[in-house]
Amino acid sequence: MQPPASPAASPGPGAPAGSELLRWQWREVQVPCLVAAWILVASLAKIVFHLSRKVTSVVPESCLLILLGLGLGGIVLAVAKKAEYQLEPNMFFLFLLPPIVLDSGYFMPSRLFFNNIGAILTYAVVGTLWNSFATGVALWGLHQAGLMDPGVEAGLMDFLLFGSLISAVDPVAVLAVFEEVHVNETLFIIVFGESLLNDAVTVGFVLPAGAVQGVQLFCGAGPSTHPCHGLCEGVSFFLVSLGGTAVGLLFAFLLALITRFTKRVRIIEPLFVFLLAYVAYLAAEMVSLSSILAVTFCGICCKKYVEANISQKSRTTVKYTMKTLASSSETIIFMFLGISAVDTSKWAWDTTLVLGTLLFILLFRAVGVVLQTCVLNRFRLIPLDRIDQVVMSYGGLRGAVAFALVILLDGAKVKAKDYFVATTIVVVFFTVIVQGLTIKPLVTWLKVKRSDHHKPTLNEELHEHAFDHILAAVEDIVGHHGYHYWRDKWEQFDKKYLSQLLMRKSAYRLRDEIWDVYYKLNIRDAISFVDQGGHVLSAAKLSLPSMPSRTSMSESSVTNLLRESGSGACLDLQVIDTVRSRRDKEDAVMHHVLRGSLYKPRRRYKASYSRHFISPDKQERQDKEIFRQNMKRRLETFKSTKHNVCSSKSKARLKEKGRKKKGISLTSDSPNGKTQRNVPWQEAAPVLVMVSSDEEESNSSETEREDDEGIVFIARATDEVLQGKKTPSSLDVCPSPCIIPPSPTLAEKELPWKGDQADLAVYVSSETTKIVPVDMQKAWNQSISSLESIASPPGIETGPQHKRFACPVLEEQPQSASQAMPEQSSCFQFPSHVSKSSRSQSDSSPDGTEQQELQPLMAAEEPSRILPSMEPRWLIQFNRASQL
Amino acid sequence: MTSEAGACPLVGGASLCACARGLAHGGGAGAGWPFAEPPLLLTVSHSQITRLYSRFTSLDKGENGTLSREDFQRIPELAINPLGDRIINAFFPEGEDQVNFRGFMRTLAHFRPIEDNEKSKDQNGPEPLNSRSNKLHCKKYEPSYTIAFRLYDLDKDDKISRDELLQVLRMMVGVNISDEQLGSIADRTIQEADQDGDSAISFAEFVKVLEKVDVEQKMSIRFLH
Repeated sequence: MQPPASPAASPGPGAPAGSELLRWQWREVQVPCLVAAWILVASLAKIVFHLSRKVTSVVPESCLLILLGLGLGGIVLAVAKKAEYQLEPNMFFLFLLPPIVLDSGYFMPSRLFFNNIGAILTYAVVGTLWNSFATGVALWGLHQAGLMDPGVEAGLMDFLLFGSLISAVDPVAVLAVFEEVHVNETLFIIVFGESLLNDAVTVGFVLPAGAVQGVQLFCGAGPSTHPCHGLCEGVSFFLVSLGGTAVGLLFAFLLALITRFTKRVRIIEPLFVFLLAYVAYLAAEMVSLSSILAVTFCGICCKKYVEANISQKSRTTVKYTMKTLASSSETIIFMFLGISAVDTSKWAWDTTLVLGTLLFILLFRAVGVVLQTCVLNRFRLIPLDRIDQVVMSYGGLRGAVAFALVILLDGAKVKAKDYFVATTIVVVFFTVIVQGLTIKPLVTWLKVKRSDHHKPTLNEELHEHAFDHILAAVEDIVGHHGYHYWRDKWEQFDKKYLSQLLMRKSAYRLRDEIWDVYYKLNIRDAISFVDQGGHVLSAAKLSLPSMPSRTSMSESSVTNLLRESGSGACLDLQVIDTVRSRRDKEDAVMHHVLRGSLYKPRRRYKASYSRHFISPDKQERQDKEIFRQNMKRRLETFKSTKHNVCSSKSKARLKEKGRKKKGISLTSDSPNGKTQRNVPWQEAAPVLVMVSSDEEESNSSETEREDDEGIVFIARATDEVLQGKKTPSSLDVCPSPCIIPPSPTLAEKELPWKGDQADLAVYVSSETTKIVPVDMQKAWNQSISSLESIASPPGIETGPQHKRFACPVLEEQPQSASQAMPEQSSCFQFPSHVSKSSRSQSDSSPDGTEQQELQPLMAAEEPSRILPSMEPRWLIQFNRASQL
Repeated sequence: MTSEAGACPLVGGASLCACARGLAHGGGAGAGWPFAEPPLLLTVSHSQITRLYSRFTSLDKGENGTLSREDFQRIPELAINPLGDRIINAFFPEGEDQVNFRGFMRTLAHFRPIEDNEKSKDQNGPEPLNSRSNKLHCKKYEPSYTIAFRLYDLDKDDKISRDELLQVLRMMVGVNISDEQLGSIADRTIQEADQDGDSAISFAEFVKVLEKVDVEQKMSIRFLH
């Protein structure tokens, strides 16, 4: 590289006239100046193209660029009388290709890519091999048949060579065209992944095989004096592809590791990304491995860690620089393709060869795609249908890689090089221009499923989360371990070792899928907020239904925690980073909250891997929680099914009633003299609270009852039971209004089998889920027996009370309740526990017992409980929550 | 995996299997079942049935040809799946306590990958939301939506109310989220999806919200192949 132009006078030692102030130094700045000029021309051309929306919506940019190149090449040819400014293979491979590949690798949707890796590899390897051989052999056949110009001196090997370089789908062309077409992501990733990965085939198979100039650079393995050594080629193919991948992985690892330590020097973070990726490319080239694969995998693999490590600004820088580089590379490539085509000195036209090649590559690609899809569809979850196959066949665009490769051919060894060059140019032009132009209408006409880029929404996030849980459950039920299983294993490994090694501690903690969604939502909102001049807070936006809860929301979780702990600072990164509208804030908080506490689907973390470094007890806790909740629900369900009496309907009502009653007299069910405690607060505020919320609660019980029918499957049956025996003494008063409803909680805390909760937690979480069933069954049996003893006998006794509860006269309830409670609790197996719990509760606050029942949301309830003016909705929730 | 792949209609195959063992648990399997039987069910191959049947019998600890809730609950992973019970419930027809193999298969068939012809049928008519949701209401073509929706919609009024959403939310999040927070999330979620302003998510709205998500794909498992 030459130093930049210095227009100011700087008379060098060899300057002829020292007095000259200005000096023409074209020669020194020629190369960079030309480069800059070309980029400028191309970029300006892009602007011009995009002036007309109509043109760009019909014609892909790549076509326009090629045409522009043709025009410019023509001008240059006319002016200079010789073709200049070719697409030099060296320049192409060393400078133009890497940015594009890095960009595509880095921004590759990795999950999608690995989901389809099987198909991609098949198409890339088998498909490309098939295309190469079929095309080569068919062309050779044409040649043998004497249909070609006798000037085409080429043997079978030459044709095979040509076939393989011409049959490789080109990533640049595919990207350029498909990005505008917006086919669905699966289709895109398959075609694009193929185009990236088949480079290994081309480089590994073609280059060693064919005599290539500049072997030192692009094919060090290529003394290639034995081009037709099948075995050697096979080995070299694997070596080249796997080696390239390995190089890429190595550098991805290095890159991630380096970015872990750039905390103090944020400014050079983007540099590392580009530098190391480029070094990976060069290193792979150096040892004649597949450099495209190296960069691709480097990009794919490092992204996760790098993104987590580097700062937000660096992330943006990386993104934009990468996109800019890739885009300008692409522009230049296409333009120079056009320019190069003008150079007739390299051409040698043979109509048969050209037409034959065109026909064969189209035909064999279609055949290959159909055949492979047939096989692949047997293993695919979502089969590729016929339309997909058409698009895949048709989307096999050839591009600059083929052109550069054919230029690289050694004319001394491949006699027909000129013919091949011409054919390649025609093929590239045909695929890029004709197919590129027609693929969009074709896709529209075939109604190929389009992709739509949309913002993640809270709904999708939640529902998908639910789907994950569902799928995990169904997989468990079916006892199936497939793709998810291995993916899961990998993720465990990643979580356990890689992330730990490659990510900053702080970054690791923040890494989460929901976090990502949340983060992106935030950024988007924030940006839009700023873009709109910061006055998006119109009245319309503020009048969200979620308004009432805003204050409570914005003070939740972290912020609140911090405030409580007395520190004025807010550690919420988002708050610091971005200026947000209230809505954003709300969004943020919500996602924050969700992220923190949504249960992870099981398959994301196999229990057998449960030892995490970050918070070893986190999953344990989650498992424990879920397990407990599930058991609780099951107990309830079991109760209702077993006895068919505690219908959900009555249960809902009873629960509520029990609660009401408890609000007044619950402590009385503790047999050990705690009753005195009742008196003072019984007549106090809490009663009033209950009264005020009475109506709403009955409403809530209505809805709730309906809900319950769903949870408890026997709901309808019990409904009949309920109606059948409407007698006051009917068993539907079930176990006891006050004990059974809380029983989940109480039982959970106090039942003997819950006593070994600690053990239980260990079982559930650490390693073996297999131990759980044993434990669970034990628990199950015990809980059942305890429930049975609770349930049946006292029902009749409590019967009469049922009526009394139903009537809203408050004065009666304390007495009846206090009468009933001792009876019931005498039947209750674990009175001491009850008393204990109630004691502890009543110690804390008078209405503590009530909360006990209304767990597990105790913390949240507290304020609302105390405030009588609290919205009825919350009460409904509390009630509900206790069911959950 | 067994290599026998002769496709036989499921109903025949299943009852064949069941009858052969004298286990046919008569009646009611599909009686109160809310979902229409998906047509793709008929293409389950013999080996799949065999495989699932062996799984079924291994789950069936009571060895009476039916699965009870406890049988499902014995699966260890389900005990730590927050939605485990709801999913178990999905296996049981309304009012039933047992599920036989046929019912078992019927539910699992909802998670089958969608078939070729079906998919193309779907594509050929890129219908507006209306007709699509109508189709969904027939509950024939997109069982995955239905099964997910039913997971929320407990009272079967074809609406996810705020409370129903809250319930599921509560199942899916840990205990350290307060009710207000959860309530706001539910509010926000409903607000996001709600179109007709009834503060509930109807089935059509549910589908609409998820139309960007490839639910069929996300909700299929390759256990039947």
